[in-house]
Amino acid sequence: MRGREDEWTDLMRSAMAGDDAAYHRLLRAVTPVLRAAARRGLARAGQPPDQAEDIVQEILLAVHLKRHTWDSEAPFAPWLFAIGRNKLIDALRRRGRRVFVNIDDFAETLPGEAPQETASAGEVTAQLNTLPQRQRDVLQSIAVDSASIKDTAAKYAMSEGAVRVALHRGLAALTAKLRDH
Amino acid sequence: MDTDQLIRTLAADNAHRVPRVGALLTTGLLVAAPFSILIFATFLGVRPDVMTAMHNPFFDAKFAVTLSLAIPAIIISLHLSRPEALMRGWGWLLLLPVGLLAVAIGSEAMMAPAMPMTMRLVGKNSRWCMLAIPAMSLPLLAGALFGLRHGAPSRPAQAGALAGLLSAGLAATLYASHCTDDSPLFVATWYTIATAVVTAIGAAVGSRVLRY
Repeated sequence: MRGREDEWTDLMRSAMAGDDAAYHRLLRAVTPVLRAAARRGLARAGQPPDQAEDIVQEILLAVHLKRHTWDSEAPFAPWLFAIGRNKLIDALRRRGRRVFVNIDDFAETLPGEAPQETASAGEVTAQLNTLPQRQRDVLQSIAVDSASIKDTAAKYAMSEGAVRVALHRGLAALTAKLRDH
Repeated sequence: MDTDQLIRTLAADNAHRVPRVGALLTTGLLVAAPFSILIFATFLGVRPDVMTAMHNPFFDAKFAVTLSLAIPAIIISLHLSRPEALMRGWGWLLLLPVGLLAVAIGSEAMMAPAMPMTMRLVGKNSRWCMLAIPAMSLPLLAGALFGLRHGAPSRPAQAGALAGLLSAGLAATLYASHCTDDSPLFVATWYTIATAVVTAIGAAVGSRVLRY
């Protein structure tokens, strides 16, 4: 456990220093843990586990948009699990559930417990379609077509800077829509 | 969109950087301050006998009380902008102004009273005080909430209440230089009511705008 969490902290430090690959690895590493915790939280609230992926994606978006609130001197896991808990509580409340989130739902997940897998989630996809055309194009291109920022810029005759702006605004707008819908 | 695709997209946005919440809170307060000062300069102004008043320890005590509210409230609101942060271990800082007021009230009680207690308590400006402090707080509260919106507080209403406390503390510091009621009894009553109003507004607005 300790080893895994130290590794996350190191990856996040590299990510904050500008290492995109480290950031990618970190997000992939934490996702199964978040997924297992989300499933456990849903099960406890008597909800079907198939909504777990929506919650996982919401947590990942919040982690991304709030990563500047992480103190690089502090371990990463408590910060991550706090966001996870908040998002799980929000999601259960939105579904009209009385909330009993176990404080250890996130921290308890054992390594290897959750298989590496990826799953589609309905909510992000649905909200994606409500974004302005340009943001949607850029997000689709990078997410679905795995295009780089450079390729996306060429495809839509935009500058790379404009692609970056549209990408960030799209992610922020998506998060706001998920929160308020 | 599947989760791997989302992760790839987030990684592509890693270059985007947001300033620290502290920097944004400072910006918000600096942008808001001229509005509060404008209200102060238009409707209130520094009391004319300020040079004499400065020799009165109870006049000076008002600033100690209001700043001992504003500064800890700023520190705690920044602390609470982190998702894993708890109020535990920090709340005692908010007892500083209460302690200072208690000491000031005690000192005043030991002196020969210049005025009857009811007059010191009610003062001449209680209605102004209850109006002016919230009015000057509102721009600062908006500025504080703008800055704190970039944080990720686990309890948005609590963070909003702290934003209310810090803006009321700053507004009360301005107001203290106008008001001729220096009795700690007056401060303990009317400043507290005004602060409570602003704190309640901060909590109500914060519970909406500080969710992330």
